[in-house]
Amino acid sequence: MLKHLIFPGVVMAALIFSLPVRSQTDKPRSPDPTEPGLDGWGRPITPLPKDRKSAPAPRHDISGIWDAGDTSGIQPLGAKAAPDDGKAEHQPPYTPLGLEMLKLTKPSNGTRSVLPGENNDPVFTYGDPQGFPREDLYELRSTQILQRPENVVILYQFAKVWRVIWTDGRELPKDPEPRWYGYSVGKWVDDYTLVVTTIGTDERTWLDRAGRPHSADLRVEERFHRTDRDHLELTVTIDDPKMYTKPWVALDKFVFDLQPSSFDVREMIWSPSEYEQYNKLMGNSAGGKDSH
Amino acid sequence: MRYKLAAISFAVAGLLAVSLPLFAHHGYAAYDTDKQVTLKGTVTRFVWSNPHCMVQLDVTDESGHVAHWIAETENPSAMIRVGWTDKSLKPGDQITLTALPVKSGAPVGRIIEIVLSNGQKLPGRINPSNEVKPDDSPKL
Repeated sequence: MLKHLIFPGVVMAALIFSLPVRSQTDKPRSPDPTEPGLDGWGRPITPLPKDRKSAPAPRHDISGIWDAGDTSGIQPLGAKAAPDDGKAEHQPPYTPLGLEMLKLTKPSNGTRSVLPGENNDPVFTYGDPQGFPREDLYELRSTQILQRPENVVILYQFAKVWRVIWTDGRELPKDPEPRWYGYSVGKWVDDYTLVVTTIGTDERTWLDRAGRPHSADLRVEERFHRTDRDHLELTVTIDDPKMYTKPWVALDKFVFDLQPSSFDVREMIWSPSEYEQYNKLMGNSAGGKDSH
Repeated sequence: MRYKLAAISFAVAGLLAVSLPLFAHHGYAAYDTDKQVTLKGTVTRFVWSNPHCMVQLDVTDESGHVAHWIAETENPSAMIRVGWTDKSLKPGDQITLTALPVKSGAPVGRIIEIVLSNGQKLPGRINPSNEVKPDDSPKL
């Protein structure tokens, strides 16, 4: 009897513990991939060797195809330097109004997450553009930067949008009409650092996936620092006195790796029809409603 | 008797399998992060699209009842970095799928891993280091 009980139990336990979803911390996880990642053209992506010695950065040049890795730029819990993970030190310094506005947003990720059907993220509810600075703070992936004498153009993978950063010395507009991606000017503060200031962003957008709010007074600083030929760091600082008592860092020296010029950036567009399909098949099912 | 032994074995296995996974992206709150299920079934549909790829499969139990499951993973841009392509699955494929189930009890899951009939493994994107418990209160 005992033998009959033990044997199948041992077999099942062996099967379970042989699954590659077990980690050292005994929490299941997906196994590491065995296949190489592919670029948009279906060509293997070769990561930069960790010990590779890079050439010095070129002066006043951040152009190139920059890859943020396959997961590090997703920021599903909100801004990477301030994720909504329940830790007090990661919460932005809200003003009373900021807290009131925060309560109106209902994200489906983070500590305030709601079921898919209750989510009011404007990107997923209405198909609104992410806008800026959320384009830096959610789904930041392969990014192409083109540089001309009068401006820098950033081509984002997610939603296939672009931004123009004027570097021709112009001033930011006074009392501008709001735009999804605002108005940006950039200035080289040293040979390898371009500081970009953006204002005039649309109040309807969320700062990040966690539903952090902003007002029309939002002022965003991006600091692009090319540490050497192969690496670019991006730091994003949020300054919005109506919503936050002091400026706070949303992205802190986020690292991009330079890719070969032949790297093809994969299209990544979340179309309303695809999102509707997802909600029909998956969202309602996950929310406990009638499903597939 | 054999059924009892099998039941005990699966109960033991289930207890051993209790765990806390999950990588939040969509509908995080919907998943039961304390459980995982292993399904053997036939793919009826593979949706390679944004915001998340989805697999529908029919799972037949011993009594012949067919359960229609659906499981999601992440978007194509994420999955193509871990070995998936738009041709990874097709209707009729026999697969073994490990997933996190939803709390509601519906036949819905989030993919931990898929093993094809030829042994090829397709990893999901479940990573405990990205875990956050949705019922944690934000400290404001």
